[in-house]
Amino acid sequence: MAVYQVTVNGSSVNLTADDPNTPLLYLLQEQALLDGPKFGCGLGQCGACTVLVDGQPIRSCITNVVDVAGRKITSLEGLGTPANPHPLQQAFISQQAMQCGYCVSGPMLYGKVFIDANPGATRDQILNALGQTPLLCRCHAHNRMLNALVLYAQGKTQ
Amino acid sequence: MKTQTGNTDSFRTFDETEMTPEALAALATETPENDRSRRDFFKSAGMMVVGFAAAGEAAKLAGQNPLNPTGLVDATKVDSWVSIAADDSVTVYSGKCEFGQGFATVQMQLAAEELNVPLSRVKLIFCDTGLTPDQGVTSGSQSHIAEFGPGGLRQALDTARDAMLQLAGQWFDTTPDQLSVKEGVVSVKSDATQKISYGQLLQGQRMNLVLDSKTVIKDPKTYTILGTSVPRPEIPAKATGTFRYVQNVRLPGMLHGRVVRPNAIGAKVVSVDKNSVANMPGVVQVVVKNDFVGVVADTQWHAIQAAGTLNVTWSAGDTLPDPATLYTYMQTLPSADSLSIDTGDTDAVLGKADKTFSAQYLHPFQMHGSMAASCAVADVRGGTGKNAVAKIWSATQGVYPQRDSVAVVLGIPKENIRVIFTESSGCYGLNGNDSVSYDAAILSQAVGKPVRVQWSRRDEHAQGESFGPAYVLNMKAGVDAGGKITAWTYEAWTLSKGNRPNATTPGNIISGNLAGFPAPVPTPVKATAPTTFANNGNSSCNYLSGVVAGRPAGGTGNIASARVLTHSVASPFFTGPLRSPARLQNTFANEQFFDEIAAGLGQDPVDYRIRHLTDPRLIAVVRAAAQAAQWETRPSPKSQIPFGNLGGRGISCVLYEGNNGYSALVAHVEVSLVTGVVVVKKLITAAESGPISNPDGMANQTEGGVMQALSRCLYEQVKWNAKAGIITSTDWNSYPTYQWGMPLPQLKTVLINNPDVSQTGAGELSITLSASAIGNAVFDAIGVRVRQIPYTPANVLAAIAAAKAK
Repeated sequence: MAVYQVTVNGSSVNLTADDPNTPLLYLLQEQALLDGPKFGCGLGQCGACTVLVDGQPIRSCITNVVDVAGRKITSLEGLGTPANPHPLQQAFISQQAMQCGYCVSGPMLYGKVFIDANPGATRDQILNALGQTPLLCRCHAHNRMLNALVLYAQGKTQ
Repeated sequence: MKTQTGNTDSFRTFDETEMTPEALAALATETPENDRSRRDFFKSAGMMVVGFAAAGEAAKLAGQNPLNPTGLVDATKVDSWVSIAADDSVTVYSGKCEFGQGFATVQMQLAAEELNVPLSRVKLIFCDTGLTPDQGVTSGSQSHIAEFGPGGLRQALDTARDAMLQLAGQWFDTTPDQLSVKEGVVSVKSDATQKISYGQLLQGQRMNLVLDSKTVIKDPKTYTILGTSVPRPEIPAKATGTFRYVQNVRLPGMLHGRVVRPNAIGAKVVSVDKNSVANMPGVVQVVVKNDFVGVVADTQWHAIQAAGTLNVTWSAGDTLPDPATLYTYMQTLPSADSLSIDTGDTDAVLGKADKTFSAQYLHPFQMHGSMAASCAVADVRGGTGKNAVAKIWSATQGVYPQRDSVAVVLGIPKENIRVIFTESSGCYGLNGNDSVSYDAAILSQAVGKPVRVQWSRRDEHAQGESFGPAYVLNMKAGVDAGGKITAWTYEAWTLSKGNRPNATTPGNIISGNLAGFPAPVPTPVKATAPTTFANNGNSSCNYLSGVVAGRPAGGTGNIASARVLTHSVASPFFTGPLRSPARLQNTFANEQFFDEIAAGLGQDPVDYRIRHLTDPRLIAVVRAAAQAAQWETRPSPKSQIPFGNLGGRGISCVLYEGNNGYSALVAHVEVSLVTGVVVVKKLITAAESGPISNPDGMANQTEGGVMQALSRCLYEQVKWNAKAGIITSTDWNSYPTYQWGMPLPQLKTVLINNPDVSQTGAGELSITLSASAIGNAVFDAIGVRVRQIPYTPANVLAAIAAAKAK
């Protein structure tokens, strides 16, 4: 059994696994007790499992734990809380930008990283950026989510 | 946040030991002394018999064996729906679940509105056997009808409110008409200093009242909480990753299970080599029950690896139809036939027609394709029989039907099973949520410990969910010399295997079937003459007058002569309701075929619709959508030079289920004659479902619906390999859908509030329309009718080639 030290939303966590190729998602769920990253496909095709590793979005369902040892992992829980949401989260809340909400780790985290690097990004630019990687929303709440991302890009929350 | 927020703690907790605060408070404050005086008062009030149990969740569970919590919830009793605690908090119990569609919010609004209490005081508990009333399944745009209609939540609330006024009348020695209620406080109109709150009146006691069918529903024109865009209370948790879905249920000692499905559809277990995984890390047990095979391990990853390694020998599978000839094959099978309408004169009227039209429309098998591969947690103790007990955390649409059917699968009395609805991703109908719950229950029963089962994406796609069925739809119509349609015939073939599970049909879904229960397919039967006009499946188009058995017309149009016949045949795959089941397929054909006639006669599609419609509400949504879309009145196709991307517009409309909400949709598209690519530019919807409960919520449903249907129209089709006996649409690459980055059409939604009628549904309204509106717009753009979903470039180019060859 090997131990992989990671920082999860600011706290040091030791993830243990007998297989270095154990996908990160399962350990985040079972050992770090995160609820934000979700299992959607296990294939890197949908984005429900997205977390940030050292600030970059990755698919935790196809990322091996051995490859993130010593690195900083951020999930939706690490951005803000229901009482004190991150501005991007507040934009999603004010726009009621979801139905079931199961997919939101993908568009929120990929969107945040793109917009933070491209302040003032336009609607088309954000949509195009999200299209650079496979991301799904099966309730098809894309329009509202895009509205929320545009608000965030404009420095607004509502 | 623009408006008042509901109680953010109002969603389910995972353990019944976490009693509601008001229940605990009520219990703590009860003493025999103050009980006695209150009882005297209630006796003098005369209209209430006071129970001795406190109100709330605690009371429902008090005195029951905690391992056997499934008491009867009598839906005719007000206490089964609502309790008001001494601290004035209100707990509402309902049998309609939340799937991300906002109906939990609406139910809280309904409670606050009808009781005249602040929304922040309302807590909602929904879909938990033994705690909440049995309201069947949450599906089919039926929740508004159920909760606002007779015998539902609204009636329970109104009965409680009226009783509260009666009680206050006794308290103040006056009559209820001399009282007013504001924010849960009753006061005397003539002397506002005389006031008492509901909580003070009731002191945590149960009401012991029967739902009163004579209560007066609040006039929607006076709504102050319903009719406003109350934000959904769970969204802050969802946006911050802290909402606990069924995937996030964690129990002490919980193990992880995975299923091992047959390697071909219909294959049976020959042998299972349990030793093949015996030395793998973390493996707890291999479980075999007839053709059900699963593994239980200590972690998800160990379970996945064991499931992938387990050596199972399977028999040959079923013979599957060749996908290339499915649509002709379907029409050769013995069928269960049903007639929605048959005026008996269609052949004669068609024979006399000035012009006739005919066309065939095709719709493939499609998936629910939920974001979450299905997941459930079960805790089954004591094996089987009357001493065994089970708890299941499930995202099922029907907790009671699941309880009743899983009881049969496990061999445990249903009274010993508690099914607790816990949200997953949107299901859009009968996806894998019931089957995965069976899987978890079977595995937990075998190991005697709680087991969480997470399906893989392949489990979900290829041998898990119940598909929406394929359709072949043959249409014919005749018009008179004046261009009026005089006769309309519809003959469709669809397929079925299984359906929603219930106590008598656990084999209706794959896990029950693998565990040894039969999967019913249609029994061939001849159609009998219909006795009343019903259009639940929207097989009858909007334009029929609906005369059945000589009775007055029940349809929404003026075509008198009609025959609408559906054949249902055995499906090779499990099928079940997929959002707007049958109605989407039927509307795809009906609304395009109507457009074909309009085009053939050189008529504008909007004008031609209105000419054949009689229902003013349907006409109103057609006009509203056309107006919002700045509809250009002219016949289709559009006259334009066939070069580059060609633009077009199309409309379609529906009275959903023949009685459940009106909608019309205009689609604007661009089509490339060279590549066959269809790009949807705008989707403009008008919708009217009676009084609007939550405008933003209804808009959200409408927007999601039209986009989900765009995906189904342009991209979605289940594929299989008949020789190998397998579904080949096993993931999101082999089952393509709309995804982020694709052109996002401009969405415009016009909601029509109609306070003069009763509430109807909106969840499946707009999704019914996109495919036909897009199809009509494609024809308008290129002058070629694409009669087969999906509108892939290949299918569009094939339609263009076929049109050229004519």
